[in-house]
Amino acid sequence: MDWPALKLSLNLAAWTLLILLPVGIWLGRLLAWRRFRGKALTEALLALPLVLPPTVLGYYLLVALGGASPLGQLYQRVAGHQLVFSFEGLLLASVLFNLPFAIQPMQRGFEAIPPEVRDAAACCGLSRWRTLWRIELPLAWPGILSALVLTFAHTLGEFGVVLMVGGSIPGETKTIAISIYDRVQAFDTPAAGVMSATLLLISLLAISSTYIATSRLRPPHRE
Amino acid sequence: MSERGLDVRLKQAAPIPLDAELACAPGEMLALVGPSGSGKSTILRAIAGLLRARDGYIACNGATWFDTTSRIALSPQRRRIGYVFQHYALFPHLSALANVMEALIELPRPERVRRAQDLLARVHLAGLERRLPAELSGGQQQRVAVARALAREPNVLLLDEPFSAVDRSTRERLYRELAALRRELAMPVILVTHDLDEALMLADRMCVLYQGKTLQAGPPFEVMTRPNSVQTAQLVGLKNVFRAGIIEQVPERGVTVIEWRGHRLEARLQPSFPPGSQVAWVIPQGHLVLHRRDRPSRGERENPVSGVVAEFVRLGENAAVSIHVGGPDRPPLFMSMPLHVAGRNGIALGVNVTVSLLSDGIHLMPPDDSRIPARREGRRTQPGSGLLDG
Repeated sequence: MDWPALKLSLNLAAWTLLILLPVGIWLGRLLAWRRFRGKALTEALLALPLVLPPTVLGYYLLVALGGASPLGQLYQRVAGHQLVFSFEGLLLASVLFNLPFAIQPMQRGFEAIPPEVRDAAACCGLSRWRTLWRIELPLAWPGILSALVLTFAHTLGEFGVVLMVGGSIPGETKTIAISIYDRVQAFDTPAAGVMSATLLLISLLAISSTYIATSRLRPPHRE
Repeated sequence: MSERGLDVRLKQAAPIPLDAELACAPGEMLALVGPSGSGKSTILRAIAGLLRARDGYIACNGATWFDTTSRIALSPQRRRIGYVFQHYALFPHLSALANVMEALIELPRPERVRRAQDLLARVHLAGLERRLPAELSGGQQQRVAVARALAREPNVLLLDEPFSAVDRSTRERLYRELAALRRELAMPVILVTHDLDEALMLADRMCVLYQGKTLQAGPPFEVMTRPNSVQTAQLVGLKNVFRAGIIEQVPERGVTVIEWRGHRLEARLQPSFPPGSQVAWVIPQGHLVLHRRDRPSRGERENPVSGVVAEFVRLGENAAVSIHVGGPDRPPLFMSMPLHVAGRNGIALGVNVTVSLLSDGIHLMPPDDSRIPARREGRRTQPGSGLLDG
C-alpha cells in the first residue's frame, strides 16, 4: 500500500472540494437563474472537460502552465518554483477538470427551486445572505452534495491529466491512481489490488452516502 | 394623490406593455381583474418590487417606493409588503411555524415563536404548526401563506389569485375567512383575480385591466353594470352590447330615448349624449324581464321587445336563451332564466317571446370600434363575448 500516494490523493480531493464548493455555488446559481450574453458558450466551456480526452486537457494545461508560458513564468517568479509538476499545479488542473462535475449538479439543484419561493423570501424581508443560507442552500442541498461526491470520487480516480501536469513525483504529485498503474507495470499485482480495492471502497462509500443523504434530505414533493 | 394608502402609476412598452394607474385606500380591497395576460400579476410584482417598470411611480402612506424620475427603487425587503403567491410559494423544507417565523426575522426568537403561533391560530391552523407544507391541504397551505404575509404587519397586502389552486368548497370557506379577516386589516389590500364573482363578493372596488391598461375602476357592481366603454363591458362579461341612436333627452321625466332596431327604448337619463348621436348600449341580463304568456307581468309596458328564440341551452338549473330581435342575421339578445320559468312559459326553439328591457338597466356608452378579439375562455373576464351591431 502506497500510503503517501493515498494521503496525497485525499489531500488533493479535499483541497479541490474546498475551492469548488464556493465557486460551484456561485456559478451554479448564476447559470441557473441569470440570463446573460454568452451564457451558452460559458456553459459549453464549463462542460468541455466532460468530453475532452484527459490527455488532451492535460497537454493544454502543461502548455498553458509550463515554464515557457507567461502564467508559468509569473508563478515561478512569485513562488520560486514552477507550477507544473507541483502540488499547486496539480490542484489547479484538478479544479479545472472537475468544473463540470461540481457545477452541473449544483446548477440543477438551484434550478429546481421555484422562482416564486425566492420572491417570497424577498417579500418576507430576508436579506440575500439569509435567503441563501436558510432557503436556497437547504433546497439545493441534494445537488450540492452530489456535486461534492462526484468531484471527490473523480479527483481520486483521475489519471491522464494528473500524469500530464504533475508527472509522478512521489509525495508531491504521485496520486494513488498513478501508483496503482506503477505497481501494475512493476508486476506487483497484490499491491495494485489492495490499492484498487481501497479506491473502490472509498468511491462506493461516497456515492452511497449521497443516495442515503439525498433521499433523507430531499424536500418533500410539492404539487 | 393621497397621503395614506397606495398610489401606483406604471408605464412601459416592453417586455410586458403597461399603462396602469390605480389607488387603494387603507383598509380597502381593490380587485384587479382582467383576462390572463392582461398584466395583473405584473402590476402586483411591480408593487412588491420584484419587477421594475420602465416608467412609473409607486408610493405608499406618503413614502415613495419607486420613482423613475428621481431614480428611487426600494427593494422588496424595504417596502414591507405581504404577498400571497398564486401557488403560495411556501418554503417547502420548513414547517408551517418556521415559514411564518422567517417573516418575523426582526423580532427576538422567543417572541418570534409566540407571534407565529398567534398568527397561525388566527388563520385556524393551531395544532398544525409542525407540519411541512407538503403535509397540509391546499386550503391549509393558503392559510399559512396568508399568516406569513401578515406576519410583517405589511404596509400593503398583495393577493395573487389566492383561490385558484383550491377546490370549490374550500374556496367558498376561504372566501368567508378572508372576508372576516379583512375587517381587522387596516392596510390597502390588492386582490388579483380573473373571477368576476370573486371580485364582486370580496372587493370594495375593482379595476378592469386589458393588455396592461387600466380601463375602469369603481365599485364592482357599478363597473359590472355601468361600464364606461364597450371594451370594459365585454371584459366584465356583459353579452348584450348593441348600437343605437339617441332620439331625445327628456330630463323632466328622467329618461334618454334611443332608437334600436325600430324600437323606441327609454333609458335612464344619461344627458351627455346629444340627440342624433350614435351610442353603444348595454343591458345586464338581470334587467331583462320575460313576459308571461298567460297574464301580464311586472314592468310589461317598459320597453317591450319581441323576438324569436334562437338558442335554448340548459345549464344546470338555469337556461341560457338567445332571442333574435329584428331578424336572424343580427346579434341576438341574451338572457338567462331558471328552468322552471322557461318550462312554465313554454320557451323552446322558434317560439315567439316578448321581453321588457328595464330602463334603469340600459346603460349608454360612447360607440367604440376597438373591440376585443374573441377568445375562448370559461366564465371569467371574457373578451369577445359582446356583439356590436346596429
